Amino acid sequence: MVTLEIKILRRESRDAAPFWQSFFYTPQGDGETVATVLTWLCETPDLRDIDGNPAALIRWEHSCLQKKCGACAMVINGTPRLACHARLSEYKDVISLEPLRKFPVAADLIVDRSAMLDQLRSMALWLREDQVPIMDRFEDAYDSSRCLQCGLCLEVCPNFRVDGAFFGASAAIPAGRLLSESDNPRKTELAKAYRQYVYEGCGRSLACHDVCPAGIDVERLMAKSNGAVLWRLFQRKKKGD
Amino acid sequence: MIRYNIVGAGLAGLSAAIALAEQGAASNLISAQPSERAQSVLAEGGINGCLDLMGEGDTVEAHYADTLRGGCDLADPAAVRSMTEAAPGILRWLSALGVPFSRENGQMIQRSFGGQKKKRTAYAKSSTGKILMTALIDEARKYEVRGQIRRFPHHILTDLTVENGVCKGLTVRDDYTGQLWRFSGPVILCTGGMNGLLPGMTTGTTANTGDAAAIALNRGAELANLEFIQYHPTTVAIPGKRLLVSEAARGEGGRLFISRDGKPWYFMEELYPELGNLMPRDVISREMVRVSCREDCEGPVHLDLTGLSAPVWRNRLPDLRKELIQYLALDPAASPIPVSPGIHFFMGGIRVDRSHKTNLKGLWAAGECACQYHGANRLGGNSMLGAIYGGQTAAHSAMSLPCSAGEPEPLGVSNAAPSPSHIQPELCRLLSDGLGIFRDRDGMDAALNKLCQLAPASEAEQRQLLLGKSMILSAIAREESRGAHTRRDFPDRDDSRFQKSTVARMHEDQISITFRSLGEEASW
Repeated sequence: MVTLEIKILRRESRDAAPFWQSFFYTPQGDGETVATVLTWLCETPDLRDIDGNPAALIRWEHSCLQKKCGACAMVINGTPRLACHARLSEYKDVISLEPLRKFPVAADLIVDRSAMLDQLRSMALWLREDQVPIMDRFEDAYDSSRCLQCGLCLEVCPNFRVDGAFFGASAAIPAGRLLSESDNPRKTELAKAYRQYVYEGCGRSLACHDVCPAGIDVERLMAKSNGAVLWRLFQRKKKGD
Repeated sequence: MIRYNIVGAGLAGLSAAIALAEQGAASNLISAQPSERAQSVLAEGGINGCLDLMGEGDTVEAHYADTLRGGCDLADPAAVRSMTEAAPGILRWLSALGVPFSRENGQMIQRSFGGQKKKRTAYAKSSTGKILMTALIDEARKYEVRGQIRRFPHHILTDLTVENGVCKGLTVRDDYTGQLWRFSGPVILCTGGMNGLLPGMTTGTTANTGDAAAIALNRGAELANLEFIQYHPTTVAIPGKRLLVSEAARGEGGRLFISRDGKPWYFMEELYPELGNLMPRDVISREMVRVSCREDCEGPVHLDLTGLSAPVWRNRLPDLRKELIQYLALDPAASPIPVSPGIHFFMGGIRVDRSHKTNLKGLWAAGECACQYHGANRLGGNSMLGAIYGGQTAAHSAMSLPCSAGEPEPLGVSNAAPSPSHIQPELCRLLSDGLGIFRDRDGMDAALNKLCQLAPASEAEQRQLLLGKSMILSAIAREESRGAHTRRDFPDRDDSRFQKSTVARMHEDQISITFRSLGEEASW
């Protein structure tokens, strides 16, 4: 098989200067992915780059290796993807790997995505204590529960900034389950948070819909949540409160 | 407010943290990665509990009996009794948290799973673990905002602080900054299985390194039943791991066959007419190896799912089908898929009593890292149940111990550059050679001798090696065949000598293996 150059944007720590370092990799079989390469590089004793210089262990986050946990999100040849889902057969000659750009880098390909989880806390995303969940929108609740919190949707979103007031699809989707299962007064609280942090800042580019590695129908779910939230707003305005 | 330290944020860790918070206590929830990355999100098929939703006359007693029988009578009956009695309540609790369990005509339904005669497995299509985790993560968030659950993601356990047989806390490293911290107070380990001993060979995540079990062993904790490693019958090798084809696929009608004299032979249905393709996993994996070795058979074994109806694929197994198409380039609805057994679960782990206490005062363990409920072979659908019930039970037990925990204390920054494990590839090869589906003394001795020649380059590697050796020594000591431990040289089950837990512990730098009666309580 043809040898690939794997070009990685490296950074020893958060404050260190970034630099590119390249490695050679010859695929060993069908179905290998960028995650296969990174695993191999990390298991190679006394790793050297293509110039023969010793290279420090490459830092990247990984867990399930089958597109179910969202750990290995990174930018691959300019496109945000999960490394475990990026087949080597899709690339030729050179594959460049960079950390996601919207989040602070911790080291090499690892970014600190804790802002995403902070945002879910800011929106108070949970069911009320004595809520009896409404299960008549089972399919929506199921699909909303599948969000990986990988951050790829935020990476491609033209409106999301890590310190901004718009939280993006990674907040909108989990909110969708709770909106679909809640009744008043909890639903009104959730709808308010959704309007403030999702609806008002969303530019409807729907780049999130196309990038989602879990294949969640982001457009449909957000349309439903938007509908529920706006209906509530409309009702309240009609009552004059 | 009393604060407990929980290591691991999957189903067991989250359940412990929520149970503590519900009782007004607090926890530090420490994990190498956020909950969304935990192995629990991979669980597919479902979670058992007797609700008898399908009107088959299911009973808690039947769930109890099936679990004990599936575990070949090596689980603690009292612990299994408690878990199976709690199971219906756990399913109702999950429903109350808004888990969208699969339903028909608005009513929740249950499916068939291996080793069980009744439909007892509640599920959410074929992504049950992920869907459960989302609900628990949302529930935990409520307590995070209230300060009752304080999360420490990207923090890796580096050691337990044990003095005179009492666990007084732990140390961790912030994986992002290298900062070291000491946490004082009681510890509940919920760190998952020992996949890290066998990288690339399991269906689980790379994040479950087994380091916590190795640390616990090194600090004087007892590990039990390490020889019982579950090979799931239907897995497929993909780069870096084994891909699981959920037992739910057989629960919904999937059939295993091998080509015999040029024709498909549905061997499980012929050999085990009652449960057929839904026999316990240990039985099926053994039979798959046996039929593959027959001269009149030509492998590999295939799983035939072509008879499943379109609604079953759409409503019950949609994610599984997508995954198989993507990773195998085969549509399971159109053609049978080649499968083989792969490592899926570690029945053994840190020895706990029925309240999830370890032998070290102040240390509890729950979930796959602990040895509880599953005996010599775990039934499908019992792992998530065991993780949730175990986490809750450990939390309740911990609350009965008067204790206090201070604030985390910084210990400086570790600048040591991480490096690949030197011994891991060889350790993995030797363990998989010695501890396959069929084992014998000669093979295990050979593996052990070679293990003894490995030269660990760090303290962590030394601990990992001790854990690997303990596993082989446990398997050598158990001179019988039971569940997932099948000895060619001791083919029969021997209750008089071995209806006991195998216990590995450190004794003055040496591993000692003993046997203890089932259900022995921790003495503190």
